[in-house]
Amino acid sequence: MSKSYELFIGPNHPGIPGNFSLHLELEGDTIISAKGDPGYLHRAFEKGMENRLYIQNLALIPRICVPEPDINEAGYSMAIEDLMGVEIPERAKYIRTIVLELARTTAYLLWMGGYAASLGLYTLGQWATGDRDYAIDMFSELTGARVYHMYIWPGGVRRDLPEGWEEEVLGYVKYLRDKLVDYDNLFFKNAMFIHRAKGIAKITQEQALEWGATGPVLKATGIAQDVRKDDPYAAYPYLDFDVPTLTEGDSWARAIVRRFEIDNSLSLIEQAIKKIPKKGPVWTKMPNPFKWYVPAGETYAKVESARGEHGFYMVGDGTGKPYRVSVRGASTPHMFTIAEKLLVGARLADASHILLSLDICPPEIDR
Amino acid sequence: MDKDEMNKKIEEYENGSLIKPLSSVKYLFKKPHTLQYPKETKPVPERYRGFHINDVDKCIGCGNCRDICPCAAIAMVDPNGVHPIEVKEGSNPVRPQIDYGRCSYCGLCVEVCPTGSLKLSKDLIYTSPDADSFVWIPLEEQGREPGFTQSDEITPLMLEKEEMQELEPDVRKKTFEELILGFNEEQAKKEAMRCLGCGVCMQGCPAHMKIPEYIQAIFDGDNTLSVKYMLEDNALPGICGRICTHACQDDCVYNYRGDAIQIMWLKRFATDQLKDYGKSELEKMPKSGKKVAVIGAGPSGLSAAYYLATMGHSVTIFEKRPTGGGALGLGIPLYRLPVYELDKEINHIKSMGVKIKFNTEVGKDVSFEDLMKKYDATYMGIGLSYGRSIRLKGEEHPDVIQGVDFLRSVKVEGNREIPKRVIVIGGGNVAMDVARTAIRLQQISHGGEDTMVQTVSLEDWDIMPASGEEVEGALEEGVIFNPGWGPKQVIFDENNKIKGLEIVKVKSVFDEKHRFHPTFFEDQVKVLEGDFIIESVGQMYNFSFIPKEMFEQLKFTPRRRVWVDEYGETSIPGLFAGGDLVETSKGNAISAIANGHRAAVGIDRYFQKKK
Repeated sequence: MSKSYELFIGPNHPGIPGNFSLHLELEGDTIISAKGDPGYLHRAFEKGMENRLYIQNLALIPRICVPEPDINEAGYSMAIEDLMGVEIPERAKYIRTIVLELARTTAYLLWMGGYAASLGLYTLGQWATGDRDYAIDMFSELTGARVYHMYIWPGGVRRDLPEGWEEEVLGYVKYLRDKLVDYDNLFFKNAMFIHRAKGIAKITQEQALEWGATGPVLKATGIAQDVRKDDPYAAYPYLDFDVPTLTEGDSWARAIVRRFEIDNSLSLIEQAIKKIPKKGPVWTKMPNPFKWYVPAGETYAKVESARGEHGFYMVGDGTGKPYRVSVRGASTPHMFTIAEKLLVGARLADASHILLSLDICPPEIDR
Repeated sequence: MDKDEMNKKIEEYENGSLIKPLSSVKYLFKKPHTLQYPKETKPVPERYRGFHINDVDKCIGCGNCRDICPCAAIAMVDPNGVHPIEVKEGSNPVRPQIDYGRCSYCGLCVEVCPTGSLKLSKDLIYTSPDADSFVWIPLEEQGREPGFTQSDEITPLMLEKEEMQELEPDVRKKTFEELILGFNEEQAKKEAMRCLGCGVCMQGCPAHMKIPEYIQAIFDGDNTLSVKYMLEDNALPGICGRICTHACQDDCVYNYRGDAIQIMWLKRFATDQLKDYGKSELEKMPKSGKKVAVIGAGPSGLSAAYYLATMGHSVTIFEKRPTGGGALGLGIPLYRLPVYELDKEINHIKSMGVKIKFNTEVGKDVSFEDLMKKYDATYMGIGLSYGRSIRLKGEEHPDVIQGVDFLRSVKVEGNREIPKRVIVIGGGNVAMDVARTAIRLQQISHGGEDTMVQTVSLEDWDIMPASGEEVEGALEEGVIFNPGWGPKQVIFDENNKIKGLEIVKVKSVFDEKHRFHPTFFEDQVKVLEGDFIIESVGQMYNFSFIPKEMFEQLKFTPRRRVWVDEYGETSIPGLFAGGDLVETSKGNAISAIANGHRAAVGIDRYFQKKK
């Protein structure tokens, strides 16, 4: 008689970050095998894009990542701009940077809430959700929508900044910086958290590289790799920041890297607002959307998302619709090559914790 | 944050505390930041993208919003149940209806709206257990506050046209060279790229040409396909690409926010790229054995002949003059329509097997009864080739001539004689042709001397019948206008040579019922000096070739045009008519081409019925 048993977590489970299922095999409360079970969120984004005009995909792509939709808009636009050989205006580069960093902040706030909740601390989630909403207010002022902004588009951005928006953002940066002290006291410097997270789901530098880790997962093993530094886009080449790294490679180190990334984002927003050209166009004129033919060719445009390298591989065939678009989300390798291995041998109570420490975003897997 | 600072911080994070988390207790005494909706509400941002608002009276139902919608959330429906609309020219009688189960609030529909009637509102709250109630026609009277609207600086529409190159006024008035230089490939593609493909323009075109399709083909670089689309509705696309009145452009949706697409020049570009239309030819039906006679090789006759030939009928055209094209060949000046272009189009129609008998006048060289007997059907496209007199006192003098005769003498007979001071009576497009031809002749014959061409028309600037482009061109070339004056009599000197034209100030041109009934201020009179007068106030037909007993059977409309049914058949069975003779023609080439096509379909139908 076998001692092991099967257990499904998800697709509807508070410990799973979205509509995604985990197929576990356990002995007692020790996981002996884990298999990711995707498809619950599959809406054929990539295939759908082939049947739509380039501009129509604008409504589709933000949905590939709910917590941080803007990275998709930026990556998609950069791919088209690259194929067409279009340079975007300086002011648009800065606006894109501000939007992307603000979006990164909101993505980390949302992650923070989920991560703390997976360890049993729900207060942080309440705070983070509230503080994320202040940023969403600013997004809706800038773009007209709360979550799916559809604001960054090929050629630049859709509208110039509303009057007084920069000051509001600076006010928010200051507010969040003050608030982060409380976040630290409650969570990041909490002895319970350190106790739970240290040494959990540890990976070495070699493993991280071999398994295709990017973003905070890779940075937590000591490798300072960041698309913003290595292959700069938008206004990042003009701004000053260091890539935070730790060496432990465990759940704790990944959380601290993300904590540093929030500091970085806030500082980048401040720098961008300081340096942004005060006047100038925010959009390079693009062709009539009904006859927007992108030259034949292929390209890969990537940005640094809150979870790692997020890229768009695009093939144009000289018509008004993309021949192929493939999205490289950081969550796919983090789930299938990393989480499936890390879960083996872990305790059931740590399953959610491990998934959240890798910040897996299911829609990035189900594209 | 540099490395040292970071390491220091990491150290802080490594040393956890059990006391510090307790500091969060202070939040128990803080005001929560949630709002108690609906008692408390948040201000909605200016650009908010909520439900739609549409000014349905301003909207023209072009359907660009539906075509750009990534979610297929928009359907174009009849709005009369909720908001009756007036159907204007250049609009479709439908308005957008949104399915909010599909809408993603991206606002692309607003960005591409040519009239700016569509907006998004600040309202996004609606609840109902009935799923069907989420589909509605947005209206202004639903009282939503506008949110996201289109911007003038950032718009995906390409509002500015590609400028057409033309000869400078100083150069062109000395030559009969074509004054419009035409697009090159890059310009044509750029202009074609602007087209949204909504097809509202097709309503304005009397021939209802497939404009969006042929523009798309030009954009795709397939001029052969483009011309094929043109030939489906227009047998003379190259000519129309030069001299059409382009009502399509007046209906172009870009007129609301920018420059209309230059449809006519695009048509010219595509036809100019092809030496002949062989590869664009329509499929020819097998021979039917029926014979059709066409009287007059003008645009309507050529059009009827072409389509009859594609239907497999054998067609013979009888033309009294030595050249084809009718008013196009004889009247339109060379600088607008060169001879080679006309030859190209006529040769194309001949290549379809159409026989053209030039110098063969019906009523003189062949009798009308013979045609009616020998042929299975007859088409009459004789046009208005005789100038209409205004019964001006003194007009019997040889130096007072008709505009159409003048243009014909210049173009066909190569006449280059012109006095130094010319007066043109008329304010229509033909009068402009006359004036601009006269100015060219003067420059050629009397270059550097003191010369003058002036026009006089009953209509003032605001109701001038000539197109704006023509008037502007004439002004640039130095034509002097006297709008709002009516000719009274010709003044002669003692040697019976013309001294000038006495004109009188116009009070009004039309009466209350908008009928032509000019009245004058009889006391306000002046004399225009000149030694040559050209009358160009309209043309008329001549039916002397039709035997009396048959002519009596021919029915006319109240406005003295030949009555035809919806298939172009006159009151005499087997006799069809089109072109300027019939009322549906607006006196332009494209209408004549359209009703030539219509008669061809009518004749084919007549044969089917007779079987």
